[in-house]
Amino acid sequence: MELLIASIMTMMTAATPLVFAATGELVSEKSGVLNLGVEGMMLIGAVFGFAAVTLTGTPLAGLLVGSLSGLLAALIFAVLTLTLLSNQVATGLALTIFGTGLSALVGLDYVGETIVQIRAVHLPVLSDLPIVGRLLFGHDPLVYLAIVILGLSGWFLKHTRWGMILRAVGDSDGSAHAIGYPVIAIRYAAVAFGGAMAGLGGAYLSLVYTPLWAENMTAGRGWIALALVVFASWRPSRVLLGAILFGGITILQLNAQAAGFGIPGAFMSMLPYIATIVVLVLISRDPIRIRLNAPACLGRPFRAER
Amino acid sequence: MLVLEARATQSATAAWLSPLLAMVLTALTGAVIFLAMGKTPGIALYIYFVEPLTSWSGLSEVAVKAGPLILIGIGLSLGFRAGVWNIGAEGQFIAGALLGSAPAVYFYDSVNPLILPAMLAMGVLGGMGWAAIPAFLKTRFNANEILVSLMLVYVAELLLVHLVQGPWRNPQGWGFPGTRMFPDVALLPMLFPGYRVHLGTLIAMAVPLLAWFVLTKSRFGFQVQVFGSAPLAARHAGINNHRMVWTTLLISGGLAGLAGVMEAASTIGQLMPKISPGYGFTAIIVAFLGRLHPVGVALAGTAIAVTYIGGEGAQISAGLPKAVTGLFQGIILFYLLAFDLLTRYRLVRIRRGERAA
Amino acid sequence: MKNIIKLTALALAGALALTTGAVSADKTKVGFIYIGPPGDHGWTYAHDQGRLAIEKELGDHVQTTFVENVPEGPDAERAIAKLAETGHELIFTTSFGYMEPTLKVAKRFPNVKFEHATGYKRADNVSTYVARFYEGRYVQGVIAGKISKSNVIGYIASFPIPEVVRGINAFLLGAHSVNPDIKVKVVWVYTWFDPPKEADAAKVLMDQGADIITQHTDSTAALQAAAERGIYAFGQASDMIHFAEKTQLTSIIDNWGPYYVARTKAVLDGTWASTDTWDGMDKGMVVMAPYTNMPADVAALAAKTAESIRSGAFHPFTGPIHNQAGEQVVAAGAVADDGMLAGMSFYVQGIDDKLPQ
Repeated sequence: MELLIASIMTMMTAATPLVFAATGELVSEKSGVLNLGVEGMMLIGAVFGFAAVTLTGTPLAGLLVGSLSGLLAALIFAVLTLTLLSNQVATGLALTIFGTGLSALVGLDYVGETIVQIRAVHLPVLSDLPIVGRLLFGHDPLVYLAIVILGLSGWFLKHTRWGMILRAVGDSDGSAHAIGYPVIAIRYAAVAFGGAMAGLGGAYLSLVYTPLWAENMTAGRGWIALALVVFASWRPSRVLLGAILFGGITILQLNAQAAGFGIPGAFMSMLPYIATIVVLVLISRDPIRIRLNAPACLGRPFRAER
Repeated sequence: MLVLEARATQSATAAWLSPLLAMVLTALTGAVIFLAMGKTPGIALYIYFVEPLTSWSGLSEVAVKAGPLILIGIGLSLGFRAGVWNIGAEGQFIAGALLGSAPAVYFYDSVNPLILPAMLAMGVLGGMGWAAIPAFLKTRFNANEILVSLMLVYVAELLLVHLVQGPWRNPQGWGFPGTRMFPDVALLPMLFPGYRVHLGTLIAMAVPLLAWFVLTKSRFGFQVQVFGSAPLAARHAGINNHRMVWTTLLISGGLAGLAGVMEAASTIGQLMPKISPGYGFTAIIVAFLGRLHPVGVALAGTAIAVTYIGGEGAQISAGLPKAVTGLFQGIILFYLLAFDLLTRYRLVRIRRGERAA
Repeated sequence: MKNIIKLTALALAGALALTTGAVSADKTKVGFIYIGPPGDHGWTYAHDQGRLAIEKELGDHVQTTFVENVPEGPDAERAIAKLAETGHELIFTTSFGYMEPTLKVAKRFPNVKFEHATGYKRADNVSTYVARFYEGRYVQGVIAGKISKSNVIGYIASFPIPEVVRGINAFLLGAHSVNPDIKVKVVWVYTWFDPPKEADAAKVLMDQGADIITQHTDSTAALQAAAERGIYAFGQASDMIHFAEKTQLTSIIDNWGPYYVARTKAVLDGTWASTDTWDGMDKGMVVMAPYTNMPADVAALAAKTAESIRSGAFHPFTGPIHNQAGEQVVAAGAVADDGMLAGMSFYVQGIDDKLPQ
C-alpha cells in the first residue's frame, strides 16, 4: 500500500510537466496551428526560469519568467507561420533546434548552480489524513496548478464564447473569417498560450523536478507532450489521463527493475515509445472518431483573401 | 502600405536568393552574438565559416561530415515535397547501420570482398524496413507519420544499445559495449592516404545528381512535384496517396539506412552504443535549407558541415562553446523560412483605400 | 552594406591574426576531449579540475585547450585529430568510447602523445589510465551498512560495464562487512547524464523503501531528490555537498590533477612513455569527500577503512567471494587480481537482481 501511494505520488510529478506542455499545445492545435517546437520552448522556459531564480531568489519569478520566455519563443514561431505563412512543420522543428542551442548557450553560466526548490505543500489535518491525505493534499503547488489550468482550458474551449470561436477558427478558418472573426489574432493568442505553458512545463523541470539546469534536460518530454495531444484525441479530459499513463510507464519500468523483474533494461526503456505508437494507432484507425475532434485546419496556413 | 500578393508561379530568383540572404543574415546575427560574448566577430566568423575550407584536412572533414547529411537530406526532401513528414531519419540511419553491420559482426574474420556490397544492400533494407513501419501505420491506420517515425528513433537507439552490450558485444572487449572492429574487407576504401574521405563520401555526392535526374525526367518525379505543390489536384489526377507515402518513406528510409551503414563501415569501423551525432535531425535542416532541391540539398549539406567543423575549430582556437553551433542552425532556418515567403508571394505597394487586384 | 564591408575587413584581420600566431608559440599545448560539459559536476567536471591543475602548476610552460560535448562515434576522431593538427603535444581523451578514434589518430600523429581514460588498448604513443573507484565504493558500502535503518540501499547504475558492476560489487561487499542484512536494489538508467531520469530512478528506489541512495551517473539530481525526501545519499565524481548539505554522506572525488600534472611534466622533460595506470587511494587518484551527516563512530570507521585500503593493508575484493551461483571466485584470504577486476561482469553473492546481459 505504502509503495502504491508512493508510486502514484511519483507518477503525478512525472506527469505534471507533460500536462502543462500538452495543455498548451492542445489549445494551439485546436486553433489550427501545429507547433512542433514544444521541446525547444520547454528548454527555453527551463533555462530562463532557472536563471531568474538564481538572480532573484524567488521561485515565483522563475515560474513567471519561464512561461514568459516560452511565450516569446512561441511568438517567433507565430510571426513566421501566421504572418509570413511559412510551413508549420518546418518552423516548429526550427524552433526546437533553436531552443536547444539557445538554452545551452544561456545555460552555460548556470550549470552547477543551486537554487531553493519549491517543496510540497503541507496542509495541517488534510495532508495528514490516511491514504487520501497524501494522494490529494501532499503534492507540490504546481501539480495543482497544472490540473487547474487544464480544467480551465477545457471549460474555456467548451463553454465560453471565445472558446467556441477558437475552435471554429481551427475547424474552418475560411468561414470564421467570413463571419468576421479575427482568425490570425486568435491563432496568435493560442500559439502564445501554448508557448507559455510549454515554458512553464520546462520551468517545472528545472525548478521543482530536479532543481538544476543541465543541457537538453527535457530529454524528449516535449515530443511526448505532442504525442499526448494526439493520444488524448484533442480532448482536455484525456490529457490528464494520458500524462499520468505516460509518466507512469516510465516510473513503472524503473519500479519493475528495482523490484528485480528480469526484463532487459533496454527493452523496458522502449516501452513508453512503443506504447505511444500503439495508442496512436488505436485512436487514429477510426477516421470518423479522429475527425470529430481533430481540428480540420490543423497545420494549414491561412491568409485572408481581400 | 505593403501587402502580399500571391505569385502565379514560384519565383526562381527568390528561390536561390533566399538561402543566400538567410546565410548572410545569420552571419550578421552571429556577429552580434559574438560581440555580446566578448569575442571579435570577424575572427569568430572566419573560424566558423571559412577556416574549415582552407586546408586539405579541413576539406576532407567537411566532405566526410556532409556525406550522410546530403544522403539523408535528399531522401527527406523527396518526402517533404510530397507532404510526407518523415522526421525519424535518425532511427532509419541506426536501423540501416544495425542490419548492414550484421555481416561484419557475424563474419568478423571474413576476407571475402563481397561482404561490403552485401552490407550496403542490407543497410538500405534496414533503413527501408524501419521506415516501412510509419508507412504501414499511416496508410493502414492513418497514424501520424511524424510521431510514429520520431518514436521509432528512440526505439532504434535502445535496440542498438542492447545489441552492442548484449548479443553483439566484442568477446575480447573486457565486457565494454561495442562490437568487434570490422574486418578490412568490410570497410569502405579510403580515397587518399592520411585523409578520412572514403568511397561512401563519393556515393553520397553522386546521389543528388541521381535524384535531380529522377525528379526532372521521370514520371515519379513529376508526381512528387505535383503532389507537393497541389495535393488536391494530384488526387484528382489519380496520383495515389498511399503509394506516395510508401514510396517516399521507403526512399528516404533507404537512403538514411545507406548513410548509416556507410558511416559504420568507414569512420567508425564498428558498432558502438552511439553511432550518430544527430545526422537524421540535422538533415531536416539540410533539406529545407536546400529548398528541397537536390542541388540545393548538396550545397546546404556542405554548408552545415562547414559550421560543424568550424564550431569545433572555434572551441579549440577561440574558446567558443559548442551551443553556438546549434543556435546558428536554428537561426539560419528561421531566416530561410521567413524569406520563403518571397518565393510564393510578392510585396506590393498600395495606397490606402485602393484595392489590390 | 557598410556593415558587410566592415565585417569582411574584420574577418580578414582575424585570418591574419590567426596565421601570424596570436597565441604564444613557445608554450607546450595540452588538449582535452570531453564527453559532456565541464560544468556537469560529475565526470567531465573532475577532468576539467585536472586540466585546471595543469594550468595552475605549469601555466608558465603549458597552455591547455578543451573540446566539450564530443559525442562518441564518427565525430570523436575528427575532434582528436583537430587537436593534434593544431600543435597539441599531449592529448587526453576522457571517455571510453574514444578508444578506437584515439588509436587511429595516434597512428597518424606518431609524435603526439595520447592519454586515453578507461580504455584497454595502448600503443607506443597511447597510454591508458583509470582510477580504482571501487575502493571508494567499498567505503561507501561500509557507511551505508552502518546507518541504513530499512536495510535497503538504492543504487542508480548507468550501463552494465565492468566499471559499474565492479562498483556495485564493492559497495555490497563493504555493506555486508558490517551488516549482512543489507539489500542493494539496482536500477539501470542506460545513460550517464539525464537529470530528470536520474531523479525518477532515485524516487522509485525511495518508494521501494531505500533510505540511502548511491549513484553511478553524473548529475546531482539523485542527491537532490534524496535531499527533498530527507534521506541520505552519496555524491559522485566531485564533492557535491553544496547541492545537498544535509544529505551527502561523502563522495568519491576523481582526483586526476596529480596524474595530469605528472604526465604533462613527463612530456616537458621528454621522459613520457606509454604506460597503463590504475591508481587508487594510495596515489591520491581516488579521494573521499569529508564524512558528513553521520555519527562520529561511523565517520571514524569509514576513515579507518579508507586508510587501510590506502595503505595497502586491506583490499576491497578479499576472499572468500562467491558469485551469484554460489561458486567461489576468490578463495579465502586471497584477493581478486586486476584481470578479474578489469573484466568483471558478474554480481557477487548477496545481490538479488540479475545482471542485464
